[in-house]
Amino acid sequence: MGQIYDFIYNLLPYLGMWLQGFLRGLGLSEEAVFLVVSLIKVFLLASFGLAGFAVLTYVERKIVARFQDRLGPNMAGPYGILQPVADGIKLLTKEDLMPTGADRWVYNLAPLIIAACALAPLVVIPFGPGAIGADLNIGVLYAMAVGAGALVGVLMAGWGSNNKYALLGAFRAVAQLISYEIPAVFSVVVVVMVAGTMSTVGIVQAQDVPYLFVLPLAALVFLISGVAEVGRTPFDLLEAESEIVAGFHIEYSGMKFALIFMGEFVHALVVSALFAVLFLGGWQGPWLPPYLWTLVKIALGIFLFFWLRATLPRIRIDHMLNLNWKFLTPLMILNLIGVALVDKGLRAVGVTDGIWAAGLFLFNMAMLIGALALPGYLGRRARMAALAAEAEGVEATVAAR
Amino acid sequence: MTLIQAVFILLAALTLGAGLMTVLSRHLFHAVLYLILSLVGVAGLFILLEAEFLAGAQVLIYIGAISILIIFAVMLTRGMARNPGPPLNNQSPAALVIAGLFFILLAPVLTGFPWPAAAPGVPADAIEALGRSLVDPNQFALPFELASVMILAALIGAIFIAREKR
Repeated sequence: MGQIYDFIYNLLPYLGMWLQGFLRGLGLSEEAVFLVVSLIKVFLLASFGLAGFAVLTYVERKIVARFQDRLGPNMAGPYGILQPVADGIKLLTKEDLMPTGADRWVYNLAPLIIAACALAPLVVIPFGPGAIGADLNIGVLYAMAVGAGALVGVLMAGWGSNNKYALLGAFRAVAQLISYEIPAVFSVVVVVMVAGTMSTVGIVQAQDVPYLFVLPLAALVFLISGVAEVGRTPFDLLEAESEIVAGFHIEYSGMKFALIFMGEFVHALVVSALFAVLFLGGWQGPWLPPYLWTLVKIALGIFLFFWLRATLPRIRIDHMLNLNWKFLTPLMILNLIGVALVDKGLRAVGVTDGIWAAGLFLFNMAMLIGALALPGYLGRRARMAALAAEAEGVEATVAAR
Repeated sequence: MTLIQAVFILLAALTLGAGLMTVLSRHLFHAVLYLILSLVGVAGLFILLEAEFLAGAQVLIYIGAISILIIFAVMLTRGMARNPGPPLNNQSPAALVIAGLFFILLAPVLTGFPWPAAAPGVPADAIEALGRSLVDPNQFALPFELASVMILAALIGAIFIAREKR
């Protein structure tokens, strides 16, 4: 019984070990074994991304439909679960258009770059002890850096389409993505600083208490900027019918559109996977095997995205940029300095881990409440002053008459 | 030829070829894209040298930020979309001569330098050593702080220039 449980618990490392032994048994050299195992890992991770894309399109429509008191897709197969297949066939058979005057190479390469840059960060997502594409010692930096490569793809799509709306949409997308990268990187830096490592495996192992309960402010900011980077509601300004139509991918059809669409969904998957790794303790958890915990935590993040989409209206573009530059970025800079002081201070005093976590939690919560209360107070004072001035003006005119 | 050498030659060819195309491309936007390809090649060379942090920083900063900035700047230039002129003007022979002379000047240095054939192994905790050396007063704390002050000055200057006139 114990053996069976152990086997199920460590399924992925055992499979990897078996595969390596099998390949060595075939008489391959160490390099060849490494190459074959790496290729299999690449294949599995890419398949995970693609399967995740197919599942997410269905689940999103179903969940949002439930929020809106509808049924959602229910025709293709039982409960409509064959809907992604039907969508895929439809996209495959659509005509592959290229606008006249399009920049041939740039236009055709852009969806590939977007899709590849979205899939690449999956390499550093750990699914359990010993079950990771590659445990890079710059893991988190790698994920952020490769994700930034998609910006180039977006600009290429916007430029190459030879369409004003596509170009304007690409500018808006890049402005949004590049601004929200700053608070996201800051919140990751806070985690890296507290964990003392950039490796994703190291960060998971450092979380005796999930960092959500140690660094709630960083977690919240990472989530907000993650939603913005994925371009989902309430930050879904990349697609605005009345202003820029469908944004940078307006001229894409068929499978090229599917690739861009896949990039968006896989990006959402990667952001919630990173959230699970950085703040929810990755594979750690009782009873269930590690890979299931990882999947459950990723699913939680994804569900939160869908929930937000079903609940919130979109915000205006200037509000969105103000929120980033005037609120999140300064807040995260202060949070970085504060967490560094509190962390090192508590460690220097030599408190136990529990008190250390509680201290950091209290500091973060105090900072969060202060950060929400202060702009609210200042804004109310400014509004009241404006109202009072207006009332005075009205009284003055009445008195003059 | 080992695998590493083959990869190195590929990456070097990618970096140099894309760099050449950056200069020779008739179209400004294509030039920027070739520049990005060239920077990807440099990041690959860093990985080959086992300097992963530098490779990551290279991609995040140069490709994710600076080249995007260049694209924005390029798109604001006038008339970039129509009839870009030839990339070379009539001064190119003179430039070739000057570059050739400069290479002759550099050649003795290049051939005279004893290039170490075997590099010492990279320590496993290279990132930690890098981080510590940046805050160690005996190593790079002063240059690090100077760079920070310079960036801060540039930030304040940018805000001052962009500020609305009262």
